[in-house]
Amino acid sequence: MTVATLHSNDPAEPESAVRIVVVSAGVSTPSSSRLLADRTAQKAVDLIQAAGGTATVGTVELGPLAVDIAQAIVSGHPGERLQEVFERLASADALIVSTPVYKAGVSGLFKSFADLLDNDLLIAKPVVLAATAGTSRHSMVVDEQMRPLFAFLRAIPAPTSLFAAPEDWGDADLGRRIARAATELVLLVRSGVGTAIADTAWTGYDHRFGGHATRAERSADDVDFSTDLMRLAAGGSL
Amino acid sequence: MQFGIFTVGDIAPDPVTGHTQSEAERIANIVRIAQKADEVGLDVFALGEHHNPPFVPSSPTTLLAHIAALTEQIVLSTSVTLVTTNDPVKIAEDYAMLQHVAKGRLDLMVGRGNTVPVYPWFGKDIRQGVALALENYNLLHRLWREDVVDWEGTFRTPLQGFTSTPRPLDDVPPFVWHGSIRTPEIAEQAAYYGNGYFANHILAPNLHFKPLVDFYRARFAHYGHGTKEQAIVGLGGQAFIARRSQDAVETFRPYFESYPVFRGSSLDDYMERTPLTVGSPQQVIDKTLTFREGFGDYQRQLFAVDGLALPVEMALEQIELLGTEVVPVLRKEMAARRAPGVPEAPTHATLVRAKYGDAEPRQPRPNPNRGDNLSGASPYQDSDPAVTARFPQVV
Repeated sequence: MTVATLHSNDPAEPESAVRIVVVSAGVSTPSSSRLLADRTAQKAVDLIQAAGGTATVGTVELGPLAVDIAQAIVSGHPGERLQEVFERLASADALIVSTPVYKAGVSGLFKSFADLLDNDLLIAKPVVLAATAGTSRHSMVVDEQMRPLFAFLRAIPAPTSLFAAPEDWGDADLGRRIARAATELVLLVRSGVGTAIADTAWTGYDHRFGGHATRAERSADDVDFSTDLMRLAAGGSL
Repeated sequence: MQFGIFTVGDIAPDPVTGHTQSEAERIANIVRIAQKADEVGLDVFALGEHHNPPFVPSSPTTLLAHIAALTEQIVLSTSVTLVTTNDPVKIAEDYAMLQHVAKGRLDLMVGRGNTVPVYPWFGKDIRQGVALALENYNLLHRLWREDVVDWEGTFRTPLQGFTSTPRPLDDVPPFVWHGSIRTPEIAEQAAYYGNGYFANHILAPNLHFKPLVDFYRARFAHYGHGTKEQAIVGLGGQAFIARRSQDAVETFRPYFESYPVFRGSSLDDYMERTPLTVGSPQQVIDKTLTFREGFGDYQRQLFAVDGLALPVEMALEQIELLGTEVVPVLRKEMAARRAPGVPEAPTHATLVRAKYGDAEPRQPRPNPNRGDNLSGASPYQDSDPAVTARFPQVV
């Protein structure tokens, strides 16, 4: 597969590095979920560099955060380590999220982590969805479980979903699918469509005061006082 | 600055003895706790409102009226009064009556409530919770300030020529705090009216509520009630006190660890991360002083001390320690650090003085029954004759 169509919008203007963040719910060492995400990230970086750009890749392993995640679920208040992760996700240009399949579904750890994200944290953020499993019979988990989840979060999942069963690791087709997903991701980032959507339509989504999203309202200066509820709060009527 | 306690009147099995208080015991114990708080000189006792077991205070005004009769100086308040599922007309009536029998020792905190089924039980829709709270308070505010109210809104039947009775004591409404844990609209309403804003504070990380408190302060100033430093802020806190800190931790640990809200949390971690202090009086003092550093000068500090299935003797001891060893020091330390120009929380006495100065407060006397005073424009002998009511059209 050729990926020669990647050019930066304006080669004369130096781009800042594309920030890619990998989120892996794999818990083995080594983890095939992590491996799948890393290979995708590497491919994305190669594509960006081939087009004259630069990229950074950060990784969030959910395994070491398992207790933080469980405590945040029951207390409703994520601790500092998780808040830091949310901020990394919020400021990322693109995500690659990867989970093992357990009992015909995404890992509970992965879902619990996703349950903690602000509804507006990933609005219009390009994301590659990836999963690994012990059998190819689980291959639809990515499209049937992860894709609806990221649709709810109003992210932009890349058209190609990645899935790897044991036999795929010896099959060059997996590499081609990884390249395809990485290409889609890089093109989505480069097009700027996600940023444009978030910038243009931000007020149309539900938000929480003091949230982690990069555009979240954090003080009186950020808040829109022209809403029906704000008018009602100031003695008006609906 | 005011210091007091707040309770939600929860019941849970004592993890040490296995004893579960009956509702009768818990209600009697709440009364003892309030009396104790009064005796040791605390400023505020606030009672929650819940409509499901294992909580007993479904009817805060009834219980607070009883407590008012048994106490001398303490201000009675709520934590919170549900302004969503209660009819604002009934809130206006019940709390005005309570304000009379408590001889002005009353304010209240209005809040939304987050127990989902309570809304349908009272015929309301939780998805409209914020709008309900805002509209209902707007009406409540008028009912206490206007003898005759014509009103039309979204959530309750319209009022035409309605008079909420009795009029507030001395025609001065109880001071209102708005409690909110996440909603800037509620803080905006508090700021718009120049009312108080209370951040629950407990059960959440330190400084979690700072953005909302700062928002309220900024908007309080925006609406011209004073500077943002003069906004009326209250904070919750949670403490378990013993003279030696290791005794406090040892005694409190089983209560913390078996209480459903805290399951899965470590006590040490919780003390580090949240406003909870388990330790000596000095440790509680030190931690509470950090609240001021974080949120600025504030007017009201309420501690939760009687929940988590603590036996009543232990809760009473907590109040004793709070009143004799913690609060006297905090009063001094807070006063010493306070910036000039920061007001105290309003009380009935200060509100009466602000409204009337040295003049006698208004004492509304109804006009005699004349057949039309179910709804009328001049319910009282001194009602403004210029006020006209909009009556339903008869066709």
